[in-house]
Amino acid sequence: MAHNTFDLTWMIGGPQGGGVNASAELLAKAFSRAGLSVFANIEYHSNIMGKHSYYRVRVSDDAVHSHVDHAHILVALDGETLFGDHHHNKEFPTHYGHVAEVVRGGAIIYNSTPDPSDEDLHAIKDAAMLREKIQRDDVLLYPLPFTDILKTALAKLGREKEFRALGIMNNTILVGASVALFGFDPARMEAIVRETFKGRRAALADLNVHVLETTYAYLRDNFPNHFEFKIKNGEPKLDQILIRGVQAAAIGKIQAGLGLQSYYPISPATDESVYLEEQQRKFNFVVVQAEDEIASINMAVAAAHMGVRASTSTSGPGFSLMPEGIGFASITEAPLVLVNYQRGGPSTGQPTRTEQGDLQQALHFGHGDFQHIVVAPGDPAETFYDMFHAFNWADRYQMPVIMLLDKFLASTYTTIQTPDTQNLKIDRGDIYTPADPQQNGYLRHAVTQSGISPRAIPGTEGAIFWTTTDEHNPKGHISEGVENRMAQSDKRFRKLELAEKEIPDDIKYTLYGPKKAAVTIIGWGSSKGAILDAVRALADDGLAANFLQLRVMRPFPTDAVEKILGKAKKIVSVECNYSAQLADLVQEKTCVRVARRVVKYDGRPFSQNEVVSGVLKALKGKGERVVIVTGQEHLNAAVKKTVKKSPAPKAKEKVR
Amino acid sequence: MIKMAVVNSQPLKFKVADYKEDIWNDWCVGCGDFGIIAAIQIALANLQTPPHQVAVLSGIGCSGKTPHYINAYGFHTLHGRVLPSATGAKIANHKMTVIAVGGDGDGYGIGAGYFLNTGRRNLDFTYIVYNNGVYGLTKGQSSPTLARGLKTKSMPEAAIQDGVNPIAVALGAGYTFIARGYALDPKHLAGLIQQAIEHRGTALLDVLQTCPTYNDLYTKEWYSGDAGQKRIYKLEETGYDPVVRDTSNLDEIVAKKSQALMKSYEWGARIPIGVYYQAHAPTYDDALMERTPALREKSLAEMQIDNRDVAPLFRALG
Repeated sequence: MAHNTFDLTWMIGGPQGGGVNASAELLAKAFSRAGLSVFANIEYHSNIMGKHSYYRVRVSDDAVHSHVDHAHILVALDGETLFGDHHHNKEFPTHYGHVAEVVRGGAIIYNSTPDPSDEDLHAIKDAAMLREKIQRDDVLLYPLPFTDILKTALAKLGREKEFRALGIMNNTILVGASVALFGFDPARMEAIVRETFKGRRAALADLNVHVLETTYAYLRDNFPNHFEFKIKNGEPKLDQILIRGVQAAAIGKIQAGLGLQSYYPISPATDESVYLEEQQRKFNFVVVQAEDEIASINMAVAAAHMGVRASTSTSGPGFSLMPEGIGFASITEAPLVLVNYQRGGPSTGQPTRTEQGDLQQALHFGHGDFQHIVVAPGDPAETFYDMFHAFNWADRYQMPVIMLLDKFLASTYTTIQTPDTQNLKIDRGDIYTPADPQQNGYLRHAVTQSGISPRAIPGTEGAIFWTTTDEHNPKGHISEGVENRMAQSDKRFRKLELAEKEIPDDIKYTLYGPKKAAVTIIGWGSSKGAILDAVRALADDGLAANFLQLRVMRPFPTDAVEKILGKAKKIVSVECNYSAQLADLVQEKTCVRVARRVVKYDGRPFSQNEVVSGVLKALKGKGERVVIVTGQEHLNAAVKKTVKKSPAPKAKEKVR
Repeated sequence: MIKMAVVNSQPLKFKVADYKEDIWNDWCVGCGDFGIIAAIQIALANLQTPPHQVAVLSGIGCSGKTPHYINAYGFHTLHGRVLPSATGAKIANHKMTVIAVGGDGDGYGIGAGYFLNTGRRNLDFTYIVYNNGVYGLTKGQSSPTLARGLKTKSMPEAAIQDGVNPIAVALGAGYTFIARGYALDPKHLAGLIQQAIEHRGTALLDVLQTCPTYNDLYTKEWYSGDAGQKRIYKLEETGYDPVVRDTSNLDEIVAKKSQALMKSYEWGARIPIGVYYQAHAPTYDDALMERTPALREKSLAEMQIDNRDVAPLFRALG
């Protein structure tokens, strides 16, 4: 069953800081504005300049939620993108070049006038030599003399002398060549360029448009139009936006009424706080850069006690410093929202790579029996809504709410429908206001039937209270009393029971696909997109699969999960960590055994193809763990089938 | 310098007793903490700050119990984290008087990183350190201020690392009010606390406090000095001028910090108490209000939050 008329992937590789991000994001924006569905994700090193990074932009006229392992256009900004780093990083290569990922009939665009310091690319004298080296006669090669094109463009404007200063225009050249090959509407491309260069930078808009046109002309004059993968220009969708996870998280916080955000710089969480810093004047909240994550969380907990909506965002190493503060919030009943952008662990691990490795930590972060809520949204839309609700839950149940995101979700651009904020109502929970301000006697930790003790906002006359990280009595003073300890523990746990009853099922979990299926995939967090797309791909191949996405990890929807999985014919878990932490959680909470586990822990997210082949392998096996490794699935049969076959074009190449 | 709140001989609205929370106090008999808490309550009564506009935060240890004995919003937080907690509380509601208290182990040991960085911020609150040279609540181990070679009765072995000089560290960290008090002179201490609260910026008040149970070296008798000469003397009685008059004059700042540094190493036959250093510098609160003018009217806690329109943020995306 065809869902779309095209489903194409554009890919760019190059040195960090070399324009990979700028050009990919420009293109993603152009496609999004044209009403197309976009999924754009980046891989990069923990390095400021120079190391290899690559960006994929998948575009389709039907919804796409993941990336695939193949590309229809590969733009190589340097030799490493084509040939990998295995010849100078012999022992532990990070990749072998991206040429193998280009589909039959696909295109490779590269700079035929590279800097001599790029020895690998500089050694390629012409297209024939490259073809010989890469051993691919089924792809089209587009050697573009970036230098000459830019000089030509500038000469027409009499600005040749600015050539060196305008090297950044290479981005425009490669974007221009790419949209020309795809047949993307040049008027739309121009509009995006003009939108990007506004105000003081408006002069650059004309220049960029001119470089685009020069590139189109160069392509027309020098290459036959053999590239067959075309984008169909659709109609703009007014309610569609292109958004990254960090932006969704930050805007969710703003919508929820964030008052104080504290943070300590850490990849990949920092972007959220930086975005919030940009918005703080407009919305009257404060972002504090703290001296470490321990300070961050304590600032947030105290601010929450003072009556503002407070939050802190971090990643694994910072999260590992915070348990003490989360316990503080839990026993003193502070409404705190904490975001952990997971990355490869343990310890410093892989700072810029993704992993879903902190689920068990988020559930069992600290000592003692504590109360908290753990939520793991699976895409930017869920991130926005869940973040909003997290603040309501924190206030209502007076306990910390941990939001589990990750590097993949944080940094990936996807098109979503603009979230609807009409029905989002702020609920500050039960607030105590004294009937008579002269009469003290307020009990901050009063034992109530629901477990919720109405909280006072400090500064209120007649509502002075105490609280302490020691076990305390209803008034908030230290108590080691036997009955009191029981009463306080019980009342705090009653709040969690209340949360379990009140948090809607459709937030806690979702079953996608047919109710009856040959296989039920369970997953969580950012793997959601790849699993959703894989379920569709599997259905196209005749395998009926459905997908149970778990989103609220505590309070865990035990009954519902047991009911759904109890009926499942076969269960396969798919997640980005070594031990299949969700599968373990399901086994801990239910009577269901999850033996078939597809895992990936090389720091890269699942692609659609990897989930497909992982699930198929898991089903063939008898319950062995299936390990997926990046770059080792895209050439196998499962993928070849999903790639449209086309005759190898006989391109006449211009030898340069 | 101390502004007494007695006006027109009218009866004071708040008496010292109004700042007392009447629960069982479990400090040891003769503990120096009693002097400090009395001084806090006297200072608050002198300032006539309504109890509900005061927040007292503490770390962990004997000193950590302070908020429970004061009638004000009280937060007994974590070991070593009282400064970030006080920072969060003050930013959330800068209209309240915020007082942070903790021991020397809490502030100069486990919380040393926060001690340093809080000085950089200069947020407007007061930090009182109960400095007694030992970890009392865990039964008398050496604390960060105990000097090398010393051994209290509770220590099996003498200390083999140096003690920290908190006033010297505070000078480097950037505290704009640095003072030292003596727990057994609550009247003088109350004056210092009052000055510290009135000071705009972060005020560090290191209080020499006796632990009669575990520190048999720094006792009431030791601080009283040998016959004939008192060990403790008051800086203000010697003509010492701690105040930087021109905060744009780096030479003056360095000169005033230098004399404070020299005084901070005066420890032995004579120990100075009083204000070591004071400068009126821009506060973190000022910077926040400049950035977000709405804070001049309302604290973050009072800000309306249910009327935000994020639609322009979505529109500005791709």
